[in-house]
Amino acid sequence: MSAHADTHAHDDHGHHHHKETFITKYIFSQDHKMIAKQYLITGTIMGVIGVIMSMLMRMQIAWPEEPNVIFEALLGKWAPDGVMDADIYLALVTIHGTIMVFFVLTAGLSGTFSNLLIPLQCGARDMASGFLNMVSYWLFFVSSVFMVLSFFVEAGPAAAGWTIYPPLSALPMAQGGSGAGMTLWLVSMAIFIASSLLGSLNYIVTIINLRTKGMSMTRLPLTIWAFFITAVIGVISFPVLLSAALMLIMDRSFGTSFFLSDIFIQGEVLHYQGGSPVLFEHLFWFLGHPEVYIVILPAMGLVSEIIATNARKPIFGYRAMIASILAIAFLSTIVWGHHMFISGMNPFLGSVFTFTTLLIAIPSAVKAFNWITTIWKGNIQFNTAMLFSIAFVSTFITGGLTGIILGDSALDINVHDTYFVVAHFHLVMGISALYGMFAGIYHWYPKMFKRMMNKNLGYVHFWVTSVCAYGVFFPMHFIGMAGLPRRYYTNSNFPLFDDVSNVNVIITVFALIGGVFQLVFLWNFFYNIFYGKKTVQNPWRSTTLEWTAPIKHIHGNWEGEIPHVYRWSYDYSKPGHDEDFVPQNVPLKEGEEELHH
Amino acid sequence: MTALLTILILLSITVAIWQMVKIFDLANANTENSQIATDKDNRVNGYLMMAFLAFIYIITIVCFVYWGDLPLMSNAASEHGPGLDALMIVSMVIIFIVQTITQFLLHYFAFKYKGEKGKKALFYADNDKLEFIWTIIPVIVLAGLIIYGLFTWSDIMNFEEEEDALIVELYAQQFNWKARYAGEDNVLGMSNVRLIDIDRANILGLDESDPNAQDDVIATELHLPVGRQVIFKMRSQDVLHSAYMPHFRAQMNCVPGMVTQFAFTPTITTAEMRQTPEMIDKVANINRIRTEKSKKLAEKGEEPLERYEFDYLLLCNKICGKSHYNMQMKIIVESEEEYQAWMKEQQLFKNSLVQN
Repeated sequence: MSAHADTHAHDDHGHHHHKETFITKYIFSQDHKMIAKQYLITGTIMGVIGVIMSMLMRMQIAWPEEPNVIFEALLGKWAPDGVMDADIYLALVTIHGTIMVFFVLTAGLSGTFSNLLIPLQCGARDMASGFLNMVSYWLFFVSSVFMVLSFFVEAGPAAAGWTIYPPLSALPMAQGGSGAGMTLWLVSMAIFIASSLLGSLNYIVTIINLRTKGMSMTRLPLTIWAFFITAVIGVISFPVLLSAALMLIMDRSFGTSFFLSDIFIQGEVLHYQGGSPVLFEHLFWFLGHPEVYIVILPAMGLVSEIIATNARKPIFGYRAMIASILAIAFLSTIVWGHHMFISGMNPFLGSVFTFTTLLIAIPSAVKAFNWITTIWKGNIQFNTAMLFSIAFVSTFITGGLTGIILGDSALDINVHDTYFVVAHFHLVMGISALYGMFAGIYHWYPKMFKRMMNKNLGYVHFWVTSVCAYGVFFPMHFIGMAGLPRRYYTNSNFPLFDDVSNVNVIITVFALIGGVFQLVFLWNFFYNIFYGKKTVQNPWRSTTLEWTAPIKHIHGNWEGEIPHVYRWSYDYSKPGHDEDFVPQNVPLKEGEEELHH
Repeated sequence: MTALLTILILLSITVAIWQMVKIFDLANANTENSQIATDKDNRVNGYLMMAFLAFIYIITIVCFVYWGDLPLMSNAASEHGPGLDALMIVSMVIIFIVQTITQFLLHYFAFKYKGEKGKKALFYADNDKLEFIWTIIPVIVLAGLIIYGLFTWSDIMNFEEEEDALIVELYAQQFNWKARYAGEDNVLGMSNVRLIDIDRANILGLDESDPNAQDDVIATELHLPVGRQVIFKMRSQDVLHSAYMPHFRAQMNCVPGMVTQFAFTPTITTAEMRQTPEMIDKVANINRIRTEKSKKLAEKGEEPLERYEFDYLLLCNKICGKSHYNMQMKIIVESEEEYQAWMKEQQLFKNSLVQN
């Protein structure tokens, strides 16, 4: 059966799809709304695993010498008598990073909302290819399984950091995790990349070809613009990581020397000659840096939409917002070298990358000021989604500003790979993107599950999370500026850093509170899927097309004809209208001008 | 045990809050319960926005008061250090100003324009002049920062070799450091890991036939004469490492298969550094913390911690395996005479080989 954006008569929808079985409806579904939910739930489960890992790491850092029953319970043989093993600490670092960046904030965030919103907001019956969409999800699922499985191999999961720099990741004798664990990591990522590419191609084709009548590119909601550009960056940069992964697999298993040369380890000289680990760094970061924009751009799109809706105001500077997305996307592909200032590459390259990197601050600043101006003189409805969106802007600014230090090659010499970096990227892409994801979930939950989340639980979740996020990552800048390197299993071998050990305890306490409070969210999320209050069709009084679709999910999204679009998506509080929002499918009144934005 | 207790407490707090929310919900059961924000929600959250702004400011102040002495951001011990610190301070000041203003605007607007029934927002979609202003201001500020930064970077990286420069190789392996001095001729002997011969104690793979290698000196402590430029040549025998010398504002990766380099001139000897007021305070503070920890250890019947005395350090700062967290080498900056005296005691490479 076909879930294509079909052209057949629309009034027969009720009869057309009644042969659905459990399997075609819930498992191998080709319907974009179901696939979005599958992405979201898989991403959430991976998120829970990733967050638990971070809590384990924080406990280890704060109380390194003390045996901990939690370690013993969760890590088993890797925490004999409750004392965490140094190898498994690095494995936690690695898998936490991989899971959060790729499985939660790429697939969980972009996968969920691109799938849900692209057809609904563009006015399409489904994705361009429902089949590819289904394959994309299932590849993602398989790669998630491989990643989790790596915890159950004899020598432990990959432990070379999420950047898996060779030779550490290439040589099984260099560390336990570089054996079967690393093989699983590479296989998992290769499948993940295939999934991501299939998804991205589908998004691009759908947005270009399947917009409803009247939906010109400059009437699209910013969410769609963000998903569109994200998909383009993904298509450009993910294949490069795939090639790096394949070359690494060959170095590991087939004796090639792409990344290895002149190595003496464990008493023997290895045969590798002529390769360079720096080449791997280039290839990795050619994806790795765009990847952080693959993570953050969809969040920016969601947040723009939610801020406008809840401030009951048009997004300020619509065209400037699109221009800044384009500028960020373009710049994102030419800044990767700022991760490598001290990798041994030519210092002149360092200068070039400093220049391009700091330029990104300009479109970022434009976006931040536009969001602030959007809420100015608004009539702000503090739904939970709005709170998370405002907090997104806040953490994006706080985290983004320190990028000015890290992007500056000279300053990077001293703070590179310290906790300053950890604080920076967690705020600007980790926490911010997570807030974008939370905002999206709270906002589109009624669309996905036909029920409402509890707002008071949402408020509790938001405020505790928000305080804890700053409590964790703000002080972390300071231990970084004291010179403390990241990825140390314990700092007790350096009395020099004893005076920041109390900061680490404070950070851990905030992290544990924040982590535990995500239970409030999980409860709110899963409980209300079944028992939540039923939603009305357009609970947030929004202008975009998805809210014109019926609450009940049907194949093809709209009964009858797809709505036509007559205006842009931000006609909030427009003078001359009684309501404070005018949906996109409402024709212009006589004499009404479409705002020339 | 502490961790477990903490978690138990957290769990009970969670349960308590969950119950409170339940009660709140029940109290509202008969009134409107649409899960959409009401005027009351807007009011409460609006005030909380201001409280949160205060929280951000307070946490900033607390961090600066308690941990703002940033021992590794002031008191630089190398010639280029103070220049780099100045750039850091300029950047921090700019960040601080922008952060304070934008966070204020964001949270204050959120508070000021909290929603009320019947109110209508201003339809205000565009203003080219404003867009221009907040494009051009960052452009100017960043142009300044970029130019300043690039000059600083270029000064550090494109150093000129001074006549009396000391050439030192930093050699990394899982999980320790070695320093190789070039000896009388100040030229490092040729080397390659393929030449490593453990039986003959040729542990760094020096070319035994190279005349330049004969007078090389291999040490496990890094001694540097004050006031003389040191040019480091970095090598690694196995995986990536990073030679991080925070007090000297110096860092460079050690990459197997290639030689990387970094140069600086130490300006403060270890002995002098120990006497600076900042360092005396810092060390006293650390020893206070260590004494307290020792007391706890003593209760458990374990060895107390040693007293801490300041030393410059070389740390590994690139994930390199299991004992990455303990890959360090002591650096001693001393007067030229002390350095020469130390060097005399060291064994030359040709004498260190095991003859068989």
